[in-house]
Amino acid sequence: MMRKRTKYGRYALNVFAGLGLVYLFAPIFFIVAFSFNKPKGNFNIAWQSFTFDNWLHPFAEQSLTHALWKSLEIAAVSTLVSTILGSLIAVALSRYKFRGSEGINLFLVLPLTTPEIVLGSSLATLFLGQNFIDFGMTTIIIAHIMFQVSFVALTVRARIRGFDWTLEQAAQDLGATPVRTFMKVTFPLILPGILAAALLAFALSIDDFIITFFNSGPVQTFPLQIYGASRVRIPPQINVLASMILFLSVALLMTGTIAGMRKSAEKQATAKKFNLLHRK
Amino acid sequence: MTETVVRRNRIARNADRVGMSAMIIASVCLVALGAHWVSGPMVSVVVLVLVLVLGSVLGLAVTGGPEARRLLAPYGLLKPGMLWLALFFLAPVWSLLRISLSTKESRFSVQYNFSWAFQNYSTAFRDFGKQFEHAFVYAAIATILTILIGYPLAYVIAFRGGKYKNILLGLVVIPFFTSYLIRTIAWSTILADRGVVVRVLHAVGLENVFEWMHIMDNGKLLNTPAAVIGGLTYNFLPFMLLPIYVSLEKIDTNLVNAAGDLYSNASRAFRKVVFPLSIPGVFAGTLLTFIPAAGDFVNAQFLGNPNTTMIGNSIQDQFLKQNNYPVASAMAAVLMVSIATLVLLYTRIFGTEDLA
Repeated sequence: MMRKRTKYGRYALNVFAGLGLVYLFAPIFFIVAFSFNKPKGNFNIAWQSFTFDNWLHPFAEQSLTHALWKSLEIAAVSTLVSTILGSLIAVALSRYKFRGSEGINLFLVLPLTTPEIVLGSSLATLFLGQNFIDFGMTTIIIAHIMFQVSFVALTVRARIRGFDWTLEQAAQDLGATPVRTFMKVTFPLILPGILAAALLAFALSIDDFIITFFNSGPVQTFPLQIYGASRVRIPPQINVLASMILFLSVALLMTGTIAGMRKSAEKQATAKKFNLLHRK
Repeated sequence: MTETVVRRNRIARNADRVGMSAMIIASVCLVALGAHWVSGPMVSVVVLVLVLVLGSVLGLAVTGGPEARRLLAPYGLLKPGMLWLALFFLAPVWSLLRISLSTKESRFSVQYNFSWAFQNYSTAFRDFGKQFEHAFVYAAIATILTILIGYPLAYVIAFRGGKYKNILLGLVVIPFFTSYLIRTIAWSTILADRGVVVRVLHAVGLENVFEWMHIMDNGKLLNTPAAVIGGLTYNFLPFMLLPIYVSLEKIDTNLVNAAGDLYSNASRAFRKVVFPLSIPGVFAGTLLTFIPAAGDFVNAQFLGNPNTTMIGNSIQDQFLKQNNYPVASAMAAVLMVSIATLVLLYTRIFGTEDLA
């Protein structure tokens, strides 16, 4: 009797999880489906008829395409800078024991525990009070780097937590210069963590709306353009571009997973070979 | 001659102190410059101090020998990022607080004078109390809902995913690769008055039940408080699910088996073993969900009505549309301080160090 009940419990939990996945995908299904819609009027919100037109002309909405390029530009620059700044912090925190590291750890979490609207509006008050920089690309990039740095530092730190820093000493004992040690030993080993952090930073930048909204001036990024246009018109190209970004990220994710699986398989294979050699 | 060598050695040995003070002084200089603590000729003095401090640390690193360099290295690595955060995170918070206590010279002036104008705060509470209430209540309900949905999902993936674990986790994350705004607009389509959900509910006859539960309002789903909370729940679900998954994933299944061997039934094993071990994940997830949800204005704008606006909507409106920076800043300051207080209390009660 008891056993039966737990069995039903198991089943119910799996069904619940399945429903959860359906819930997660509901809007995604709509976004992709409506990219094939032929809307009547300005709003692509009621299903009319199937068409490939939107996918054949994904860049037909000039302002939208322009905004997407701006977003990519901003994301590229801010990711580059924030990845460098954040990785340096992460290396300092995990490589060295030093006075004040606890304080730094706490300070890094602060931007993450501050609501975006506070970050955005406070940065805007900083820019309002000066005459050096006008609101625009520069202020957006500054803002993005500001919130990316913490994310990058914490991600890289988490990824290199178990890193064996004595490898550096070994390389130097074997006569490598500090520069060579860094290029040949340290950097290749912490690179995966840095790349993962950079990807995260890029994704955060592309999708940021609230902070950008306060610091954009006349510049329209992709989310800002959608926001501004959503009152007047919702063209199907929004859905097409969103689906493209989605498929691209899924492809990236899949190649990443497959590469990771292959790598671990290789590792196992080498370990096996090594064992066999030693047994002889 | 020997005296100078001794002195230099002492400085080199204490290079970490030098490095740390240099970082702090440089940060304070940047905050002072950014937040207008100084004006006129004092600005050049502060800039000079900044340059001198950074220059002298560089000098010590060059001349101080390997020991000093090793002690200085972490501060050197930290400095670029930390100074960036000092200028573009700390200084803005200060200038936000300053503007929140300032008054405009005249209605159309862009000049603000600091005058301990606490009336901005009383205006914020008087005119926008409802919005504060909405923000905290909606965010709290949404956080609870993300636990109720996210925990079982994370549990199933972590303990029953088997070799499909990574694929399932990928499936959970994929929806969030589409833009935040587009997702929210998609929900407004789904919940629309003549949309799928409303029609299905009507056909099945569940409408009255939903009305009774105050989820629906006169046959409408969109533009209700429930829709806003639903949107918040959806958009911040991964921030709850992923930390919970990470903490569940770490649990040694032998512990669960041991509980079973000791004649504990499944639910007892869950209550006594699995759940306590997953609390750090729930803790981190709660912070990561509640904080952004309380400051959000996108969901209330696309899924709500004028009576469901949250504090984010008001800050945005006062700041960018009315250009009423003092009151907008006062609201942002109140939001920041109340969230900080809640986080501190929450950490005291459920505290774990493992936030990040």
